[in-house]
Amino acid sequence: MKTEKPTFWGYVRKDGSVGTRNYVAILPSVVCVNEVVEAIVANTVMTQGIIHHQGCCQTPPDLERVTECLIKIGENPNVGAVLIVSLGCEGVDTDRLEATLRKTGKPIDRVNVQEVGGTSEAIKQGMDKAQNLIRAIAGEHRVEVDMTHFVMGIKCGASDTTSGIASNPVIGYVADKIVDLGGTVIFGETTEFIGAEHILKRRAKDAHVASEIDRIVIEMENRAKASGVDMRKGQPTPGNIKGGLSTIEEKSLGAIVKSGTKTIQGVIGYTEAPTGKGLWIKDSPGREIELLSGMAVGGAQVILFSTGRGAPQGFPVVPVIKICGNPLTYARMDKDMDVNAGLITTGERSLEEVGEETFNLLLRVASGEVSKGEAIKYSKSMDFYMLGPVI
Amino acid sequence: MVKAIKLNDKDNVASVFDTVVAGDFVQVIDKRGHSFELKILQDIPYGHKVAIAELSVGDQVTKYGEEIGIASAVIHVGEHVHIQNIESIRGRGDWDKSAEDQATASLHKEVRS
Repeated sequence: MKTEKPTFWGYVRKDGSVGTRNYVAILPSVVCVNEVVEAIVANTVMTQGIIHHQGCCQTPPDLERVTECLIKIGENPNVGAVLIVSLGCEGVDTDRLEATLRKTGKPIDRVNVQEVGGTSEAIKQGMDKAQNLIRAIAGEHRVEVDMTHFVMGIKCGASDTTSGIASNPVIGYVADKIVDLGGTVIFGETTEFIGAEHILKRRAKDAHVASEIDRIVIEMENRAKASGVDMRKGQPTPGNIKGGLSTIEEKSLGAIVKSGTKTIQGVIGYTEAPTGKGLWIKDSPGREIELLSGMAVGGAQVILFSTGRGAPQGFPVVPVIKICGNPLTYARMDKDMDVNAGLITTGERSLEEVGEETFNLLLRVASGEVSKGEAIKYSKSMDFYMLGPVI
Repeated sequence: MVKAIKLNDKDNVASVFDTVVAGDFVQVIDKRGHSFELKILQDIPYGHKVAIAELSVGDQVTKYGEEIGIASAVIHVGEHVHIQNIESIRGRGDWDKSAEDQATASLHKEVRS
């Protein structure tokens, strides 16, 4: 019997990337214009606000990070058009932001609050401009493409004992499958590598990638040490030990298992996207809001999110699918949880069966079916990961 | 019957999905859904590990197909595998750096061979 290769239906962009959604992203260049963005989004369809809290009174490297992140969100294939809302005196380089996004060939427009005469006028002009952008892209249609056009981000949060033995292994199963089909997978949460770097490094493509894994772990640890905290000390915690984790290697592997087993092609910075197919590490912290943004910045079209205790987060322009390892949590929070990996713990389903179910759901969500979180507009868990102080 | 999962074909431990006591039986299921029954020799709390192969002192304890530590005591099939009988090879303040490197290097060799 001939088995057909998996495909999904998406919006093909001019650069060849393929969106699973077709949103007009409303990008505030700085926190000071978030109210304008929210008002435009509330009064239009197909729009998503990229509500963050950065963009001014920060160190030059951080302002550069904000500018880069906003550019990459606008470039994400799930975004069909962009409206930039700027204040006029912010630290973000709004001219570069606009000029770079125009190169994508997507419809781009901009409204400047100080130039147009204040908040209410910016909302009015912003709505008019958004209306034009919406009408310009609303007629675009989905096309069937193979998985070489697919980029998946992964995350775990609000973990419990089941995360390492049910939901994370399910995501690892799907990650391996996507890599085998020629797609791209990004995983991050550098903090969680601590204690299992030596194991992760064995999967590195070459010695350079292995040394990069060492470097990002040491840098993350040093940032913690600078604030007087030793993340390695006291691991696993008394709570981890009570839950059955015996060593730091086991704790770290429980998180890393969601990346599957494939070769790690490279380590990319927070504002970067993979430069090829296969499995990539994004240097990023573990907190949801910065991590989900980092995945969108890296070009992720869908994010698989593993949880045990019940993490509800979603992202404005990237669908997030929740894989819940704890059957009791699933029963309590089934309106937030998409997949019940807890059935592995009760023996009702095998890891491979839940892995296949998740993969098939992923294809359907990529093709337009909405995840549970999307359906109830849980989509504002985002901010950008900054390194320096607010000044 | 209480279930336990063997996450990788190479693993010599399985994670138990309910609290069990000595004398209980668990059904150990692999990722494909194949299973076998195992007699529990010691009380094991929810989420903890049971040995599914005999382990000697110094043997690698494998979960996820990777080493999570080494056995610090003889461990029989059906026994509770936890901090009382396995040790980390990482972050060992009681070892000097070279001993840790050697332990890591020998495990790498073992895993690759």
